[in-house]
Amino acid sequence: MGGEPIVAIVGAGPAGLAATRVLVQAGLRPIVLEEATLPGGQGTRRLSPLSEPYRAALYGQGADAMARREDTENAILAKCDYRPGTLVWACHDNQLELLGPDGFVGQPYTHLVIAVGATDRIMPVPGWTLPGVFTLGGSQVAVKRHASFIGRKVVFAGSSPLLYLAAAQYLRLGHRDLTVLDTTPMAAKLRAFPAMLRHAPRTAMEGLALMAELRRGGVAMLSGGTIRAIEGDGRVERLRYVTRKGRETVVAADAVAMGHGLRAETQLAELAGAEFRFDPDFRQWFARTDAMGRAGETLWLAGDSARIGGAQAADAAGSLAAQSLLASLGRQIPARLLRRGRRRLKAQLDFQRAMTGAFRWPAETVAELPDATPICRCERVTAGEIRATLAAPVGPVEINRVKSITRCGMGRCQGRFCGPALAEIVASAAGETPGRLRAQAPVRPIPLVADTEGAEQRA
Amino acid sequence: MSETTTSDVIVIGGGLFGAFTGLFLARAGLKVTLLERGQVGAQASATNFGNLRLHGRSARQYPLSIRAQELWESYVRLTGETCDIDRTGHLYFARTDRGEAQLRKEVETAGRFGIDSQLMEGARLYDRFPFLAPGIRLAAFSPRSAVANPRLSTPPVARALLRYGGTVVEGCEVARFEHGSRGFAVTTADGRHFAAAKLVNAAGAWAGALAAQAGETVPMFSAGPPQFVTEPLPYRLHPSLHMVEGDVIVRQIPRGNVIFSGYPRTRSLVSGEFTYVPPEKTLRGMRALAESVPMLTRAEIIRVWSGVEGYLPDMLPVIGPSATLPGLFHAFGGSGGGFQIAPALGESLAALVRGEASPVDLKGYGIDRFGKSAEVSDKIRMEFDQPA
Amino acid sequence: MPKIDPTPLFHPISPGTPRPVRFAFDGVGVSARTGDTILAAILAAGLPCGTSEFDGAARAGFCLMGSCQDCTMWDERGRRLRGCMTEVTDGQRLRSRPYDDET
Repeated sequence: MGGEPIVAIVGAGPAGLAATRVLVQAGLRPIVLEEATLPGGQGTRRLSPLSEPYRAALYGQGADAMARREDTENAILAKCDYRPGTLVWACHDNQLELLGPDGFVGQPYTHLVIAVGATDRIMPVPGWTLPGVFTLGGSQVAVKRHASFIGRKVVFAGSSPLLYLAAAQYLRLGHRDLTVLDTTPMAAKLRAFPAMLRHAPRTAMEGLALMAELRRGGVAMLSGGTIRAIEGDGRVERLRYVTRKGRETVVAADAVAMGHGLRAETQLAELAGAEFRFDPDFRQWFARTDAMGRAGETLWLAGDSARIGGAQAADAAGSLAAQSLLASLGRQIPARLLRRGRRRLKAQLDFQRAMTGAFRWPAETVAELPDATPICRCERVTAGEIRATLAAPVGPVEINRVKSITRCGMGRCQGRFCGPALAEIVASAAGETPGRLRAQAPVRPIPLVADTEGAEQRA
Repeated sequence: MSETTTSDVIVIGGGLFGAFTGLFLARAGLKVTLLERGQVGAQASATNFGNLRLHGRSARQYPLSIRAQELWESYVRLTGETCDIDRTGHLYFARTDRGEAQLRKEVETAGRFGIDSQLMEGARLYDRFPFLAPGIRLAAFSPRSAVANPRLSTPPVARALLRYGGTVVEGCEVARFEHGSRGFAVTTADGRHFAAAKLVNAAGAWAGALAAQAGETVPMFSAGPPQFVTEPLPYRLHPSLHMVEGDVIVRQIPRGNVIFSGYPRTRSLVSGEFTYVPPEKTLRGMRALAESVPMLTRAEIIRVWSGVEGYLPDMLPVIGPSATLPGLFHAFGGSGGGFQIAPALGESLAALVRGEASPVDLKGYGIDRFGKSAEVSDKIRMEFDQPA
Repeated sequence: MPKIDPTPLFHPISPGTPRPVRFAFDGVGVSARTGDTILAAILAAGLPCGTSEFDGAARAGFCLMGSCQDCTMWDERGRRLRGCMTEVTDGQRLRSRPYDDET
């Protein structure tokens, strides 16, 4: 390859920061590209200045340790070519395409680590496009960035451990009208729990502590059943669900935070040449990597964008990817270090895999969605339109062709929020495993002409 | 041993060429089986820009093109469905001396075939199309030109074929065919067998390999243009626009998305299955579009794509009988202009397959035209990456 | 002019926080906390942040982290912004449609 290596890390969340740390400690000065203005990622998102006053309330005894960690991260980033507010919108031929304060810039690389995280995985329900419905991750961003609650009567609905975490954060900040509606029955959680406990006892116990905290705080917690609809006249007024025993129940609410686990952000990895495999437990497509996260000659993947694993797994995976990258540069990495890292990562990933049973993606509910339910928010494509397209003679059978004909997934969010449900609708019609929407640049919308005067201060 | 499905004609390729050829054959009462390796209408027929442009075509193509426009105008009657056909008109514009000279020539050629293409300049141009950037020397407007949604265009034709008693088999890649006294025996990659007296090769960018099985080599290569689409914006930009200098081809659909295509085209991967859009071509197209239509300067693009299209050196398709095997017919190599002519191509080729005279003269489209002195179109120089 | 809902969607964690920043959204005057995002200020004011191009239903943000594009809006120079990712500046004039809507 000749010449100095150019190492680029995309994403300054837990995985990207861990990779950065290892590379900086090895004497390298990587380029670190982050779309947001602050490092830290989403789940572990840093508090904005507006939300800073709530640090102690949100994190309790952990607040100081968190502040110290952020200082350490800042010190490491200071030793890098760190570029916040920089979107990587494409990757082709060992070059990243950036949109940042200097407009459109091409950045060649010799080694690339992609650690761009995940967003909420959403199973649509009637009414999910009403004002007042947000993603579960969004409900946390509301407090950490916007210093706001998403409503006065908030239901955290779906199936995810983050339902409990988000509710606890609201509770700690003084919110007193909270409901958690977890669609996976308690029995399934109990079945999954021993394995979770075995793989990551501390994380599993933290989960239990969280539920106890919510119970003490008077948070209503329901489990099992199906969300039927979110209803209201122009905004959320109530959530209708059916219990496991078939009883229709209505919860009054002015806001719903919904999420069914996480969906890996795979677009950039695909543009960089990664290949994908379907994971039947997570029911989503993850990039193929080796145990260290290497996905190609010049490509490493780490964190939730590679495999859903949470912040601790991301930290372990980021370190491993960086060590593998260093090894490819001819550096000696102590085998003991690698073993320890791989063990740490495996425990967290096994834990997450066990958790897919405790917090189920309700794939089968797509069949029950009324035809009028919008699946694609951006283009307003309904379940009925997709079904009619699939049922027509010589109708499409492959998800990308379904997108091409129905427009589902063609809008501004580029299939991020409709993609998982679309895949299930197509799979249930074809009787096959869910397909994968192909990535197309740009990874996010980009303007024809970049504005370098910086009015969009990405916050 | 699986059973053999027998029909009068087998059409290989479920793109617009194959689907229209099959439809016109079925309408004439023939039993047609259409074999498609993937899904109907999902390759170049779906990924192209969607212009039904009536002017600016090569002189040789006008008869076919004019007939095609009539058929597109009857698409709903032919298929019972629509595919967002919209008679937006089409405007060429030129910003350079050379472009201006080319435009005058194009308008003169169109006129010879009775095509209405109106030269416009100055206030008349800008009053009518105020969104154009200053500095346009000359423009030519074709009111009868239209656009269609290529993604939706083929399945209705295939469904019409079904209604006329045809069969469509998707996910069915042809591995080989043999020619005997009773016609053609076709074997698919998954071991299915089909037989028919006549065979139509309409396999798009993959047609070259089939032609080679008949001992006919064609200098076809696969490529695609860089294309992108913007977020939905208020519908202001009509008609369909094309800068003759080449780097801006653009239209807006009533939903609001602005669709862009430009040059140079990019060669497909060696596998022939995909064409990348190099980001520098996207950026170049974005700048060129903003310069041509300033109101779009702030528009955001949300998706890029290209396609796997078959190109021939003279930028014209192959349409007509095989030169080696009686009963074999070819229709491929749209060379970036295949979408508009597809229905007339299907109608004419169907006539030839049935042993009748083609309603449109197909001279010049033969597969035997690629000798040593094969013509190379100027477009090959202007519209593709040049070898380094 | 958009209708103001007396019960807003967003509620500041500390209701008494001063709102010294002023800006306009679709011609309606909105106040914001220092450091607020545009979206938080709009939702706290009882406004939606736009309507769907296709069914006209109100939009009010969804992912709040720059991914869903639901809070797409434009500044007076025509630049598209994501309301959830953009800090509001005093005197800013924003709108929910890309151009002024005379055709």
